[in-house]
Amino acid sequence: MRHNGQMAIQSTPKTIKYKKKSKVKNDVIGYLFITPNLLGFIFLTLIPVLFSLFVSFTEWNIFKGFKEMNFVGLKNYISMFEDTWFKASIKNNVIYTLGTIPVTLCAALLTAVILNDKVYGKNAIRTMFFMPYISNVVAISAIWLALYNPSYGPINQFLMDLGISDPPKWIASSKWALPAVMIMSVWGGLGYNTVIYLAGLQGIPKELYESADIDGANWWHKLIRITIPMLSPTTFFLLITNIISSFQVFGQINIMTQGGPGTSTTVIAYYIYLSGFRYYKMGYSASMAWFLFIAIFIVTLIQWKGQKKWVNYM
Amino acid sequence: MGKESINFDKKTREKIGKLFMTVIMFAIGIIMILPFVWMLSTSFKLEVDVFKFPIEWIPRRFTTKNYVEVWLNQNPPFYVYYLNSIKITVICVLGELATSSLAAYGFSRLNFKGRDSIFLMYLGTMMIPFQVLMVPRFMLFQWLGLYNTHWSLILPGMFTTLGVFLLRQYFLTIPMELSESARIDGAGEFRTFWQIILPLAKPALASLAILTFVWRWNDYEGPLVFLSNKNLYTIPLGLTNFIDEMGGQQNTLIMAASVSAIFPIIIVFLLGQKYFIEGITAGSIKG
Repeated sequence: MRHNGQMAIQSTPKTIKYKKKSKVKNDVIGYLFITPNLLGFIFLTLIPVLFSLFVSFTEWNIFKGFKEMNFVGLKNYISMFEDTWFKASIKNNVIYTLGTIPVTLCAALLTAVILNDKVYGKNAIRTMFFMPYISNVVAISAIWLALYNPSYGPINQFLMDLGISDPPKWIASSKWALPAVMIMSVWGGLGYNTVIYLAGLQGIPKELYESADIDGANWWHKLIRITIPMLSPTTFFLLITNIISSFQVFGQINIMTQGGPGTSTTVIAYYIYLSGFRYYKMGYSASMAWFLFIAIFIVTLIQWKGQKKWVNYM
Repeated sequence: MGKESINFDKKTREKIGKLFMTVIMFAIGIIMILPFVWMLSTSFKLEVDVFKFPIEWIPRRFTTKNYVEVWLNQNPPFYVYYLNSIKITVICVLGELATSSLAAYGFSRLNFKGRDSIFLMYLGTMMIPFQVLMVPRFMLFQWLGLYNTHWSLILPGMFTTLGVFLLRQYFLTIPMELSESARIDGAGEFRTFWQIILPLAKPALASLAILTFVWRWNDYEGPLVFLSNKNLYTIPLGLTNFIDEMGGQQNTLIMAASVSAIFPIIIVFLLGQKYFIEGITAGSIKG
């Protein structure tokens, strides 16, 4: 789900030269091994991707059959920028991304640094933070839906108890619906990011801290001068994966708000689903999906280029 | 003497500091799981007690009726979703392990024409979001008569590029000399794969298996798009069924269903935590 295409590419070492077997036989054996997966790849990924690109240049209702498929060139790609729903989706998605990722990453970094050697029972605490990540999005959304209940929900009862007489209406209000989803997403993503940062911390050589200790550096200095720079590859990895998954946020929106009230929580993945499987505009849906893919591709590319400036690979 | 006592003081101070941080982090951890505690507690309540404030964390009027209702008296009852989820998840995990390990072996330890270009194609498609594949897969399944069957979830789960990628990374770390000596002993490629490489790759296989298990079990978008018959629903989709039908009016039932949905995955996670964490961190660290 959140793990597409971020692994470092390792080159394949030259395999041992065969002396007795013929080259053709090697080819046959090789293909025998990859064929089962390759067939699945061709029919379930490669051909669908190409077909989706083709569909994105057409106007087509799936229930009217192939004959009703009209080639319309770039029309879908142009009309999406005149579509208020699409524009609202982009805007909401940008707010969602900018609002959740920096908070999540900072909190996760801090949590990881503290859990790493400043507490007893590290694994138990880590598991508590990690719970939301392994739970399914529907159950989580159901819980928060009840917690956010504007009149009786525990959150608002608690806020009123604190003396806030007019607490936010959360998902019932167009102003607070998106922040409500974002708060839930930060809560949900914290554990995963903490775990990745914890793994990153194991890779920092202890000698760096020891020599800093000799120089009399305090905790803060070590965090700023050693930990954060040394974790920059991890931060880079998390930035890419988080941005990609935030562009694809769907479950909580579909379950909690259905994009509403109004267009206040419509996001791109939700609108793609809506266009395709509620309005049956397959061509339009496919073109927005390609827009999403291109956006993901560009962001990843920019980050790869930009990382040279701030990522500190040893 | 003096120096020793200073050292001792420093150690004590560190211990107190550590204890202090432990308390704070535990408190934050409790806040993190508070929504789950609320869910658990609500699932044993009567509907009228759900929104009582201050919250009754331990229900005064304790009932297990919600679970009976959810598991047996609904249409379809919850165990139907359970059976569907178990079936799909288990087949996906076994299928993915089989196809991915074979392909990973080919891509990492065999030399054949076109190997690198095919693998490059695999890599190229890894960034493609599900949304791009949604429409064409929907049409493909409809055309094949697989729409609204479990195959529409099993097939994509069985043939993943991610599985090939993860296992290939691991296979590359196994010394080539092992294969070479097996070859000298006259073992065929499949035997080398089955008797030497696979046993050595157990940790990677375990990681992939548990990651796939959790992801398939929790998958929501796939079933939403490819299934329409309620009797075929998986747990997450079955849960939305509850939410939709009860319109948020039956929180006790929804929470009992949520507990039922989350519980097995927590057990699986706790049992295989080490491999799960190794799996998700495998890609994040260079080297």
